[in-house]
Amino acid sequence: MKHERALERRQFLKGTLGAASLVVLAGCDNLTQSRWFPSILNKTEKLTERVQRAVTPTNALAKEYGEADISKVFPANGSIDPGTEDYAEHVAKHFSEWTVMIGGLVRIPTRWSLAALKALPSRTQITRHDCVEGWSAIGKWTGVPLGDLMHLVQPLPGAKYAVFHCADIDDEGIAYYESMTLADCYHPQTLLAYELNGSALDVPHGAPIRLRFERQLGYKHAKYVMRIELADSLAGIGGGRGGYWEDQGYEWYAGI
Amino acid sequence: MGSLIPDPGQENRPGSDLGMRSEPISLKAHAASDGPTVLQGVVSAARPASAPVVERIYRHRLPVRISHWLNVPCLFILIMSGLQIFNAHPALYWGDRSDRDQPVLSIRPMKTESDEIRGITTILGHQFNTTGVLGYSDGSGRAFPAWATVPSYKSLAMGRQWHLFFAWLLVINGLFFTAYALISRHVTRDLAPTGKDLRGIGKAVTDHLMFRHPTGHEAKRYNVLQKLAYVVMLFIVAPLIILTGLTMSPMIDTAFPWLLTIFGGRQAARTIHFIACFSFVGFIVIHLLQVILTGFVNNMRSMVTGWFVVKREHEGAGHEA
Repeated sequence: MKHERALERRQFLKGTLGAASLVVLAGCDNLTQSRWFPSILNKTEKLTERVQRAVTPTNALAKEYGEADISKVFPANGSIDPGTEDYAEHVAKHFSEWTVMIGGLVRIPTRWSLAALKALPSRTQITRHDCVEGWSAIGKWTGVPLGDLMHLVQPLPGAKYAVFHCADIDDEGIAYYESMTLADCYHPQTLLAYELNGSALDVPHGAPIRLRFERQLGYKHAKYVMRIELADSLAGIGGGRGGYWEDQGYEWYAGI
Repeated sequence: MGSLIPDPGQENRPGSDLGMRSEPISLKAHAASDGPTVLQGVVSAARPASAPVVERIYRHRLPVRISHWLNVPCLFILIMSGLQIFNAHPALYWGDRSDRDQPVLSIRPMKTESDEIRGITTILGHQFNTTGVLGYSDGSGRAFPAWATVPSYKSLAMGRQWHLFFAWLLVINGLFFTAYALISRHVTRDLAPTGKDLRGIGKAVTDHLMFRHPTGHEAKRYNVLQKLAYVVMLFIVAPLIILTGLTMSPMIDTAFPWLLTIFGGRQAARTIHFIACFSFVGFIVIHLLQVILTGFVNNMRSMVTGWFVVKREHEGAGHEA
């Protein structure tokens, strides 16, 4: 009798726990898809950014590795080919006519040819690329420090962000873009890179110009950069959250 | 339960174990309560108050209880959203890089020769068929199944949002608990195993294996295995999981490059984070089992109200109420 009751109780407990966990899980899904809840979860993004920036010296360098540490295969992720006719034409011409326009809130808007960029002093760094998915790869990047370009175009006092407009367009016609604070543009390791492991960037890795934004996750490192716009706010650009992935729920601050 | 609610103003009695308040239950106290099931049939009416058969002790103080219950949603959400994040790249590596041909662990759907999809878990080169749970479940190729992740559907972005929010909550709760536990001497008095405890570890292990649980006086304090489990989880595994989590942050690596050194690289840190996560899973399973085996109602009451009931040894040591 006592045994039966214990058994019943156990089954009741099991059933209750099972049902409760299903309800909790469904509840989590509902919360995830609600309008208000993600905005609460997202409150920690600012907190994380403030704390991380506070503990990290402005110009502290991300770890640089040795030649022996370079990944044999550097995986290409996200868009691996813009696939537009325009871009295909550039590929055919070996990017001889590719330009990067730097404009918006700057004193001297300037259009840079690839040759002009390569003629500027360059920086080479062997750094770790950390994808938001969790994997890491180490590569040797060469490019122009973005800070040098900023000194040349002279940002206006109101400029707070640099927005990177890219050549890749997704299946729904949405163009890839990214952004960072103006201050991050001046970090010594922030590059407009044109070489990976000693050769010109190939298409999967963002030819001919891609951003290196060390200290933040891979999706911030925009590929196929065509135009850099300095702006006082991210509100009117793209989906308004500062980047292609950010508009889909990823954090704008990707230091973690 | 009116009479069982502790009076926070009352001083701890010196000499009681765990620095807890302890008071004998007399018939009067019992009659005045709404009769929690644990007490029924235990108190003898004829016995004078000076020789009680059960004793109730104030086992868990409020800050500990709050911290404990905050940990419950934190750990569940962190584990399940962590598995969601893991699913985005279901492989672990050692060192700084992810060399895809040399994973420590991978959990992936694979096609067999007959075009069937199997979930294959590979640990250090050894393959296991884990179809239905790992690698392939409910008709979709995913490392951990829908019932184990938050959200249940695939969403790295939302998995991260859940994870990072509750990570902050866990850290804040952890700091609060640690500060309280040190200042109140909860650590030194209740959690740190004594020399005597450690000498009795062999007996404790056999007792646990035979499902013999301490009763009477011994049940008032944590036993040595319990102490070790709590100390290891609180002061070794929890800091480890937080630090390895931070080591995955490229910004934190810039500020504190030694993190990469001590854990052996970012991917190694990710692997350790994963192992630490599963030691939490193991801890939770055993913890819940013990809560049920050693008197579910009594344990739950003590973690909700603080009050824990202990039977006197001479009154039938060995059985549960």
